[in-house]
Amino acid sequence: MFDKALSGGRAYWLWLAFLSVIIALGISGYLRQLEYGLGITGMGRDISWGVYIAQFTFFVGVAASAVMLVLPYYLHDYKKFGRIVVLGEFLAVASVIMCLLFVMADMGKPMRVLNVLLYFTPHSIVPYDIMVLNGYLVLNIVCGWVTLEAERTEVPPPAWVKPLIYLSIPWAVSIHTVTAFLYAGMPGRDLWLTAILAPRFLASAFAAGPALLILLTFLLKRLTGFDSGREAVQKLTTIVLYASLLNFFFVGMEFFTAFYSSIPEHEHSLTYLFFGLEGKSALRPYMWISMVAGVSAIVILLFPRGRNNDRWLMLACALIFLSLWIDKGIGLVIGGFIPNPMGTVVEYTPSVTELTIAGGIWAIGALILTVLYKIAVTIKTQAA
Amino acid sequence: MNKSRRNFLVQLGSAALFGAGTAAGIHSLTATSAFGATPTGSPGIPKGTRWGMFVDMARCEAGCSDCITACHTKHNVPDFGNPKDEIKWIWKDSYAKVFPTGSQQFLAQQLADKPVLSLCNHCANPPCVKVCPTQATFKRADGIVEMDFHRCIGCRFCMAACPYGSRSFNWRNPREFLKQVDAEYPTREIGVVEKCNFCSERIGTGRQPACVETCKTQALVFGNLYDKNSEIREKLRTRVTFQRKPELGTEPSVFYAFEAGHV
Amino acid sequence: MHDTLKVIVGLALFFALVTLPFWLGAVRSAPAPAPDLTAKDTQCVEPVAYMRANHMKLLDQWRNSVVRDGDRVYVNSAGKSFQKSLTKTCLNCHAQKEKFCDQCHQSVAVEPYCFSCHLAPGQSLVLTSGSRLTVADFSTPMDGRQ
Repeated sequence: MFDKALSGGRAYWLWLAFLSVIIALGISGYLRQLEYGLGITGMGRDISWGVYIAQFTFFVGVAASAVMLVLPYYLHDYKKFGRIVVLGEFLAVASVIMCLLFVMADMGKPMRVLNVLLYFTPHSIVPYDIMVLNGYLVLNIVCGWVTLEAERTEVPPPAWVKPLIYLSIPWAVSIHTVTAFLYAGMPGRDLWLTAILAPRFLASAFAAGPALLILLTFLLKRLTGFDSGREAVQKLTTIVLYASLLNFFFVGMEFFTAFYSSIPEHEHSLTYLFFGLEGKSALRPYMWISMVAGVSAIVILLFPRGRNNDRWLMLACALIFLSLWIDKGIGLVIGGFIPNPMGTVVEYTPSVTELTIAGGIWAIGALILTVLYKIAVTIKTQAA
Repeated sequence: MNKSRRNFLVQLGSAALFGAGTAAGIHSLTATSAFGATPTGSPGIPKGTRWGMFVDMARCEAGCSDCITACHTKHNVPDFGNPKDEIKWIWKDSYAKVFPTGSQQFLAQQLADKPVLSLCNHCANPPCVKVCPTQATFKRADGIVEMDFHRCIGCRFCMAACPYGSRSFNWRNPREFLKQVDAEYPTREIGVVEKCNFCSERIGTGRQPACVETCKTQALVFGNLYDKNSEIREKLRTRVTFQRKPELGTEPSVFYAFEAGHV
Repeated sequence: MHDTLKVIVGLALFFALVTLPFWLGAVRSAPAPAPDLTAKDTQCVEPVAYMRANHMKLLDQWRNSVVRDGDRVYVNSAGKSFQKSLTKTCLNCHAQKEKFCDQCHQSVAVEPYCFSCHLAPGQSLVLTSGSRLTVADFSTPMDGRQ
């Protein structure tokens, strides 16, 4: 089916060329990082994880969101999702590959990564995260590809793919739960040491992922005429709305526990993020943008006039995606390190090289997504 | 939903419960071998040893940094010249920074004025060891939380897990930033985490840690916490001591005393 | 088949290129590595043949044993004890890394990263002050005053 990706219009090839340039820049940035060291980023002794791990965390969520298409369609016979389930699975594939690349970019000794497999450590969450992420990648590649192939040849998919599809449902929940476990068990980081971290992760994933998917359906309609189906988009919108409400409810819960208990260690990170601490407030504007964007998106989606109108819907999806990208990436991961374990506020600014490398990985994800979507859409529009 | 889907969900749920139960059982059987168990000794380490350090802040001189210089010199700790890339194995910081969860109100003069020594606590229940995916940081049979620089992949998970900020990372090539070199001990490479190692290379050959040996007021006492007759146990018996963030259950091996004692 | 001659010639060329490492050595000889075996002691930790084949494994075992088990004493096959140390035992005798270790390593294009951390006698480092320090031996600790 790959031949479908090898033929396209001018816009298609220009887009791939543009992405290739960004990827090349990212690779050259990474080579510089290998030479100079991770000190070329904005990370330091106190903020030891930055943009790379923040993006990794966010995109695990986007990958998990494929379950929001698979679950209704396969488990509850919601036929309206039929045309776009594979789009969700392919989005998961591109997202998981981005996650793995972000982790690789963050390693101090990338050539030694296989040590994680050679010296399997059952009490560390990392090997389990590697297992579930790679397993989920394989599941989505296989399920998406096989069902698409079956559609192309106009036969029912083989029987063995059904149990794999069912397996991908709890597996999607597991990838983000295990990723949350990376954070939620660390005694020294109070912003992360909360029982609702995994639920928060899942809620924001199920809001951000489908929101991106809705935007992609509009893009596909515009570029290729592929119609995902109005009811499908509306159902996804409902999912985005309720997941967003749940996410902000959870954020509210965090605020309550932190500030009503007034335990300094619980409060400090949130205070720094939203109000500033010790005169330092570099992340404050971003957190409030995230809040305003998220609440605005929810308001738009609450009203039928908002969610039924294409332009307002697209705006709401973009706003919620931005809001959660800031909240999970910048807010949660960076905020967890501030203040440091000794109570000092040290701030973090990503460097140009760091952003170039991250941009390169984004472009790789976009490239994979473009190629996979080109194949899927071509087959589906030809079959129709 | 129809019957086959319902059956599937029931089977999945039961399988998950069974799997989780089995995993928990296996984990609890195997987990004690990693950390938290009584040291049973290993080829080079005698049984019944748990190294600890007593820090007598009453004897520690304000403004003195002999122990820091000794440690960083003996271990070829690089000087990158900026706080972002800084590597430090032992340092001094204010009481509020070293004991942030301790009472900060109406502090005694000696606590408010004098900076306190800070180093890796070599916890008996170390969160850094728990999260390390390759066991590059691990707890030795004698309680020392050691770094295996050969195995470290530089993921910095341990740095996120340490509740005390004791760990540093080689953000750049340390060989370009050495003020002096002690050829007895190696340098490190770019991309690995490092921290105080309780001078495992010295105590392995019968010497005291460099900081303890250098201290001109004998403010540091290093010894076997499991030896009832050791000097450190004598200190712990006769002086009121504090551990850093004990509420986290990390069980540090470094004990601080602030008031002058009779011993 | 079409273009039979071109295919045969192409295949032969490909086969020749792919098997190059195997037959080039017989046709063109490269100088054999000549490690300088002069050392303080006539007897290495283990017999020469064993060391030649297994020194990497031995060093790997040593580093795991010293770092992870705190076990610093190696008893060789003859019952003699040595300290498990690349720098203090091996390099104590084979003091010239360039004349010994590097000879074979460079010949077979192997780059062990031991010496990016462990200090070898004769190794030169530039300190932050700008002065150059040459590692002599390990009997006395050194600093930048040299």
